[in-house]
Amino acid sequence: MHLDEKIWLTLSFGIIMIFMLITGYQAFALEMGPPSHNEIIDPQKVDETAPFDEPGIKQIGEKEYEVVMTLQVFSFTPMELEIPAGSTVHFTLTSKDVVHGFQVANTNINAMVMPGHIQKISQKFSEPGEYLVLCNEYCGAGHQLMSTTITVK
Amino acid sequence: MDAAIEQNRRAAVISEKKNKVLGVCLEDARISKSYLAVAFVALLLGGLLGLLQGLNRAGVLELPAWLNYYQILTAHGLLLVVVLSAFFTIGYFYAGLSHTLGGLLPKVRKLAWIGFWTKMVGLVLVVVPVLMNEASVMYTFYPPMAAHPVFYFGLVLVVLGIWILATGAFINVAHWRKNHKGQHLPILAFFATGVFVLLVGATAFVAVEVLFMIIPWSLGWVETINVMVARTLFWAFGHTAVNIWYLTAVSAWYVIVPKIIGGTRWNDYLTRVVVIALVIMNITGGFHHQIVDPGISLPIKFMHVFMSLAIGFPSLMTAYAMFRVFERTGRRKGGKGALGWFKKLPWGDVRFLSPFIAMAAFIPAGAGGIVQSTNQLDQVVHNTMWIVGHFHLTLGMSVVMTFFGISYWLVPYLSKRVLTPQMNKLGIIQTIIWTVGMVIMAISMHAAGLFGSPRRTSFTTYGDFAETLGWNPLMTAVGIGATLLLIAVILQVYAVFNMMFFAPKGEVEFPIAEIEQDEAPTPYMTERWGIWVVVMLIVIAMAYVLPLTDMIVNAPPGSPPFKTW
Repeated sequence: MHLDEKIWLTLSFGIIMIFMLITGYQAFALEMGPPSHNEIIDPQKVDETAPFDEPGIKQIGEKEYEVVMTLQVFSFTPMELEIPAGSTVHFTLTSKDVVHGFQVANTNINAMVMPGHIQKISQKFSEPGEYLVLCNEYCGAGHQLMSTTITVK
Repeated sequence: MDAAIEQNRRAAVISEKKNKVLGVCLEDARISKSYLAVAFVALLLGGLLGLLQGLNRAGVLELPAWLNYYQILTAHGLLLVVVLSAFFTIGYFYAGLSHTLGGLLPKVRKLAWIGFWTKMVGLVLVVVPVLMNEASVMYTFYPPMAAHPVFYFGLVLVVLGIWILATGAFINVAHWRKNHKGQHLPILAFFATGVFVLLVGATAFVAVEVLFMIIPWSLGWVETINVMVARTLFWAFGHTAVNIWYLTAVSAWYVIVPKIIGGTRWNDYLTRVVVIALVIMNITGGFHHQIVDPGISLPIKFMHVFMSLAIGFPSLMTAYAMFRVFERTGRRKGGKGALGWFKKLPWGDVRFLSPFIAMAAFIPAGAGGIVQSTNQLDQVVHNTMWIVGHFHLTLGMSVVMTFFGISYWLVPYLSKRVLTPQMNKLGIIQTIIWTVGMVIMAISMHAAGLFGSPRRTSFTTYGDFAETLGWNPLMTAVGIGATLLLIAVILQVYAVFNMMFFAPKGEVEFPIAEIEQDEAPTPYMTERWGIWVVVMLIVIAMAYVLPLTDMIVNAPPGSPPFKTW
């Protein structure tokens, strides 16, 4: 092996290790890990199972909200949420049918929502405005229609 | 030891001479030509469907009621990721095995044909339900979306075909090894062995998913399915498949391209190490498609970031090797100074230009791959157009442009015809159009994805959001890129069939580069495939046993089938 190849491969290995360290630090020390909630539910009995028997938005603290939401072809329940600027929202999500994706454009909200599994993701909405919520996993003929909004006032 | 190496060299020279005298074996050539013909017909159809999608998403084409966007997208993905790539890979490596191992054995030839027709019947069974809008489930066919059962029967036959072809390749390789004890497998056959090992390993996962989970469920024998397990098994296959097509392209970068530029190939030992590393580490990479899934713990996801990024290492070795070979060759041809060697490369030869651009594209493509495999960054781009841009760079440029470059010598070689200067010129033009189209498309897709535009979604404005979020001009650019790409597809398919049936008769070489004169002998260790397969299985077990067991033991009640299109 040439010296420059050794240098190149050392750098390559170093880059991969730096990626690992940063990813690990963010995931475990800063708690910025990707949505990975581990809780199951009977996908055929979502409507009868708490908390999804009462989907909706609930204030749980000062500027803190909990949204319990179901995803189904081709809609979200509840639709059109409204929150004051600076609120942190904790979403609890599940699917009543096929695999869906939960994405809010211009935020880092992006999670798979699978039938049989409860997914959780939180986000602080600092900037006022209207945010687009959409399904980003193909779910059927009306997939492109599956969207709603979050209005931050 | 030295005597053995000398004997190796002499044997290699003899087999080389034998092939030169005999030329291409016509019966073997017919096999490869059949696979290549199917591959390029798939390219034409898949490219046409790609244009329809591009124009739809650009907002200029409204699809008729009888042809739905998702049906087209399903067919586009299957035709290009499963048909074009697999048929090309098989045609190319069977030609390589025939050339470097002194012809295919009669029984292997028979297996190649049985595999061909098994795959063709499988394809028809897959395509018919897609055409009838009974299987608009995409390349990923995630349960609980359920296609017509015939779609899954077709997939089983496609996989069975692959196993038959892998068996054929293994028989031929084993036969050669038996008669050449102590020798290293010729390098192209070595790559082929790696590719077929991976193909068997990857398709084993999807076979379990389809045979034991989806088919009983879609026929109504069982009521529900475990969606997480199915999804995980799919990605063990789905990601490996595209990495196999990449490994096929890499084989041409190491073995073929150095010969075309008039040089020698990269260090034989390091080349074989790269192949072995890619085989061992590949299948576990699939998990990074599930970074934002529920039900998989953070430590497991973290381990899989490592397993995915590790695959980047052999690719970085390749990047160094390629540029080193170019520099070495350019300097020997008289290139002076820091970059003089660069000008000495044969830029006017499509057999070099196309794979060179393919390699160059892998620099941003590989970097993007590393970025999006890390947890938090994936969360930004997961399931957006960014990912579509990524695999159009990796597959649409790095892999497919290498395949195009190969076609300009492999098709004439197999057909006992020549690559005329006019055809070479057409190839250069085709390469440039394809490059421009793909660059426009890939950049726009990456950007649209960063702004949040989702993948696999037909034209929609989401009210006024598409406008305000800045997606529209980018999607128009995607449409322009798709148009250029279809022009390049038509030129490429014309070139292939012209070279197969109409070009002037003659002989062209199968370009395989020699090693450097003073190179140290490669340790025989590299040929111990039994060990590598066991190590591969251990790595797979480390990656999958824990999460899969968890998904099965702690499974939620399953899901019934849905048809939502």
